Amino acid sequence: MTAGDPGDVVELAHGSGGRAGNRLVENVFRPLLGNPWLDRADDGAVLEPDAAGGAAASLVMTTDSHVVSPLFFPGGDIGRLAVCGCVNDLAMMGARARWLSAGFILEEGFPLSDLRRIVASMAEACQEAGVAVVTADTKVVERGKGDGVFITTAGVGTRLPGQSPEGAGARPGDRILVSGTLGDHGITVFNAREDLGLESSITSDTAPLGGLVEALFQAVAPGAVHAMRDPTRGGLGAVLNEIARQSGVGMVLDEAALPVSAPVRAACALTGLDPLYLANEGKCVVVCAPDQADAALQALRAHPYGRGAVIVGEVIADENRFVRLNTPFGGQRLLDWLNADPLPRIC
Amino acid sequence: MRYIDAFRDTALVRELSDAIRREADPDRSYAFMEFCGGHTHAISRYGLADLLPETVRLVHGPGCPVCVLPVGRIDMVIDLVRTRPDVTLCTYGDCLRVPASGGLSLQKVRALGGRGGSGAASVRMVHSVADALALARSCPDREVVFFAIGFETTTPPTALALRQAAAEELPNFSVICNHVLTPPAMAAVLAGGTALDGILGPAHVSSVIGTGAYGAVAAAWGMPVVVAGFEPLDILQAILMLVRQVSSGRAEVENEFSRGASPEGNMKARQLMDEVFRVRGSFEWRGLGSLPGSALEIAPPYARFDAEARFGLTCTPVPDPPGCACAAILRGRTHPRDCGLFATVCTPENPVGSCMVSGEGACAAYYASGRHRVPVGQEARPS
Repeated sequence: MTAGDPGDVVELAHGSGGRAGNRLVENVFRPLLGNPWLDRADDGAVLEPDAAGGAAASLVMTTDSHVVSPLFFPGGDIGRLAVCGCVNDLAMMGARARWLSAGFILEEGFPLSDLRRIVASMAEACQEAGVAVVTADTKVVERGKGDGVFITTAGVGTRLPGQSPEGAGARPGDRILVSGTLGDHGITVFNAREDLGLESSITSDTAPLGGLVEALFQAVAPGAVHAMRDPTRGGLGAVLNEIARQSGVGMVLDEAALPVSAPVRAACALTGLDPLYLANEGKCVVVCAPDQADAALQALRAHPYGRGAVIVGEVIADENRFVRLNTPFGGQRLLDWLNADPLPRIC
Repeated sequence: MRYIDAFRDTALVRELSDAIRREADPDRSYAFMEFCGGHTHAISRYGLADLLPETVRLVHGPGCPVCVLPVGRIDMVIDLVRTRPDVTLCTYGDCLRVPASGGLSLQKVRALGGRGGSGAASVRMVHSVADALALARSCPDREVVFFAIGFETTTPPTALALRQAAAEELPNFSVICNHVLTPPAMAAVLAGGTALDGILGPAHVSSVIGTGAYGAVAAAWGMPVVVAGFEPLDILQAILMLVRQVSSGRAEVENEFSRGASPEGNMKARQLMDEVFRVRGSFEWRGLGSLPGSALEIAPPYARFDAEARFGLTCTPVPDPPGCACAAILRGRTHPRDCGLFATVCTPENPVGSCMVSGEGACAAYYASGRHRVPVGQEARPS
């Protein structure tokens, strides 16, 4: 058997550390993800931060596990997601992603052709993001004890100069920007998983945001970016409440300014899901000094992944740390945390 | 999507808001009950209460399927899944979080799985009864039980699934029917003495049963009823229609939701419901107590699919937790902010009462969208 043939599947032997496992590495992982670190086939990768970010750059590390179902969806797959999720967490910390690790938990019986597709997609995303998977691991679990494939990535990046965004950094008066339309990834995966048959123009926004963040940093004054987050699980609602809580501030948003694409709005109207709680995988929220907000907006809009950027609200002093939404009709309501998974309406 | 946008037109919403202010008599007050949890959710979601004059007050009604489900019914199915390892219980997501006796919920029972002597406790969340039917087909060695809840909106799909199961002679599919009826609940609220000046009638329910179904309630109680859609313009237009009925001394059933509901409703769906279900002698509602003729049970021709009979299930009534105001809230007698547990002991994360569970529940809707209006001092800080 050679890994990669059509009809070939993951077997328990692939995780045994023997010849089969080695063949999986040689036939799937190394040809697609290969780089000087991975090619050495050592137990770990030796990293040289000086060569990457300059001696003074701080290192930032993050980790992220991916369990999406279905594994392939319009606009992405678990492989692209695993790379972008890690790269974007680093970007939100103001870091340029450099090195990733990838741990694969494969279910016995998983088609090797699908694994190859996923790894190829990871390689493509890595190339776009300018990162390398420098170390990787594979385990195989018995059939029924996994969901095809789970991927955990960890990433190390070097912090960019000039900005130190942090969750606790928002201050009253700051402006709140989002880099584009909300809810695209969440509704795409929901549509695919539940087989709702909604229109095909709904596509995940999964994308690496390192370039967008670097463009932003270059356009604004030093120290102007106070907080950044990518609104993944829990959507914009969760991210803004996190920043408000960490920073001890409130927020007021203009609901009419929140960007949601027409297909996503239509899908949400049909299902009763709220786009403000649905995940994105290629968007960011930026909280910045008010006098730099226009420069930040222009920089985001000039980048392909930030064309739909808008200023959506403002940070206020509020000891209750409420995130408020001014409705287009002149009312006001809270944008609260999401309490459980978003559920479609019953009736 | 343009169709939806038309019902969220900002200028028209403001015009309607102005018209309500202009036409509402400043020397009196108005209490209108939005019967349906869908309206409760929309009113919170769009901040519509802010657009009404102080004299027009909206009172939340009992029209949230999860809220009116008595604890005893949840206890009953928890017992079923813990004692019958061959059963997979399927239900809508919100049901999983409803607090049951002994600190349990279906969600918790599922998470405990085989631990704690709870059997396999197989519980699945489905988005539609069709998913449960499909599961029964694909797992012939499992007893698939659908825990059906909801008003008349979700009843026809359950009826259709039962008819399908009968046509296929599916031996391993059955239903626990908790379907309830809107007009008897409306009458019960009014009979309970809640002081109202009008009722916003439900949209989707009325698509099924027709606006004519409220004629008896309107006549018996001299109560204006306006059936309304779920968009901001629908709700404000219906409130204006209620104000006008009160001003002119009328008590009629009017239909703001004419694009989706007719006087006679969906005859096909009604016939289907009549074929598969019959009216129960009485049914216990959370908040409203035991109401005669207020719920449905599976009719004799389909009795073999009735899980209550198949598994010999019985329901023991359980009192509400001490301090929980759900019962009074469901009858429109009190507001969530006046419950001593609201936002302190009872939160969406740790609900004490069922009104804090579903997004359509009065407490959950008020917590999520309106608790910044709670006077300072009563507000629990976000943790």
